Amino acid sequence: MKIAIASGKGGTGKTTVSTNLARILSGKQQVQYLDCDVEEPNAHLFLHPRITDRYDACTLIPQIEEAVCDNCGKCSEFCYFNAIATLANTTLVFPELCHSCGGCLRVCPVNAMTEVRRPIGVIESGTADGIEFVHGRLNIGEAISLPLIRQVIDHAKPDRVVIMDAPPGTACPVVGTLQGADIAVLVAEPTAFGLHDLTLAIDLIREIAIPCGVFINRSDIGDDRVERFCAENDIPIWGRLPHDRRIAEAYSSGILAVDAIPEVAASFDGLAKGLLEGGNV
Amino acid sequence: MKIAVTTMGQDLDAQVDPRFGRAQGFIVFDTDTGDWQLIPNSVNLNAAQGAGIQTAQMISESGAKAVLTGHCGPKAYRVLNAAGVKIYAGASGTVSEAVDAFKSGKLTASTGPDVEGHW
Repeated sequence: MKIAIASGKGGTGKTTVSTNLARILSGKQQVQYLDCDVEEPNAHLFLHPRITDRYDACTLIPQIEEAVCDNCGKCSEFCYFNAIATLANTTLVFPELCHSCGGCLRVCPVNAMTEVRRPIGVIESGTADGIEFVHGRLNIGEAISLPLIRQVIDHAKPDRVVIMDAPPGTACPVVGTLQGADIAVLVAEPTAFGLHDLTLAIDLIREIAIPCGVFINRSDIGDDRVERFCAENDIPIWGRLPHDRRIAEAYSSGILAVDAIPEVAASFDGLAKGLLEGGNV
Repeated sequence: MKIAVTTMGQDLDAQVDPRFGRAQGFIVFDTDTGDWQLIPNSVNLNAAQGAGIQTAQMISESGAKAVLTGHCGPKAYRVLNAAGVKIYAGASGTVSEAVDAFKSGKLTASTGPDVEGHW
């Protein structure tokens, strides 16, 4: 089972929920952790994996054989992402805009194009206290993260409980992560901002059509608007984590809340149980 | 010689558009005859990405040998440079004022992009 931990808003506690859930589950199941937030991976700061494998992740981009190319412009006309410009005497490729669809190769009438590998980041994997760990690190300056996210998700093993720590927001990187998941936990804070961004995330989940529930972080701040929204829309609440200075202190030292504060485990036990029983808490 | 001027309007009295890739449109002005023609840029204005690249390709196809605009980013610069189109960033005022400034040699050709992409 692949569980995505997502949120419309950044900074709501995706990694807190993901890492603590992984620890709780790892006592009972074979757990694999995929940090899909390749633009800013941070789960390793809490799980402290021993990295044993590292490789360059690449995408394919077109390369033009200038002696063959007659600058007919069919490739640049085809490219939806404007990654190719055709001029009277030359054709230019902008690799950072390429989405690796391969369409330009297919439409080229003179076979002037080949695909070459371009590194966009690294993928590192290892283990952390029995948890199999994988994350991607996007190279600085890369504009498109989805190909790297997909390569991280490709590491998911079918016989594991896979925790996928999603990027923030509701744009392509999140869509790509959720499309690879069986079920989603949406982390929200009980505030006006929290509810606003939760509704965006719920709209997205409904498009992707996977079951989901909500985990309320800092559940004793703000008000009851997230609770009411969930009740009115039949969205299950799978857990609540109260605001606690000790959690922030543990976090700032790279220590999991469930390791530092015994009573926190109860918040994640409920979530773990609900997820493993098919999303019925 | 034909020059292309980014514009926010329809004619020579319109303001120069400071943006290149997502300019509202272009006035292609012939400095020999004084004839001009408006090229709308609506397709590239709404491009998801790579507006500067496609706009630069369009300018090259228009036959213009110079562009007068406010700013020019790195990708548009690369295309214009490869096409042999000179870029004069820093143009302002109306289109005709920019053309006059160009004709009287008050504008300096750029030697590189003057802004990052998506400024």
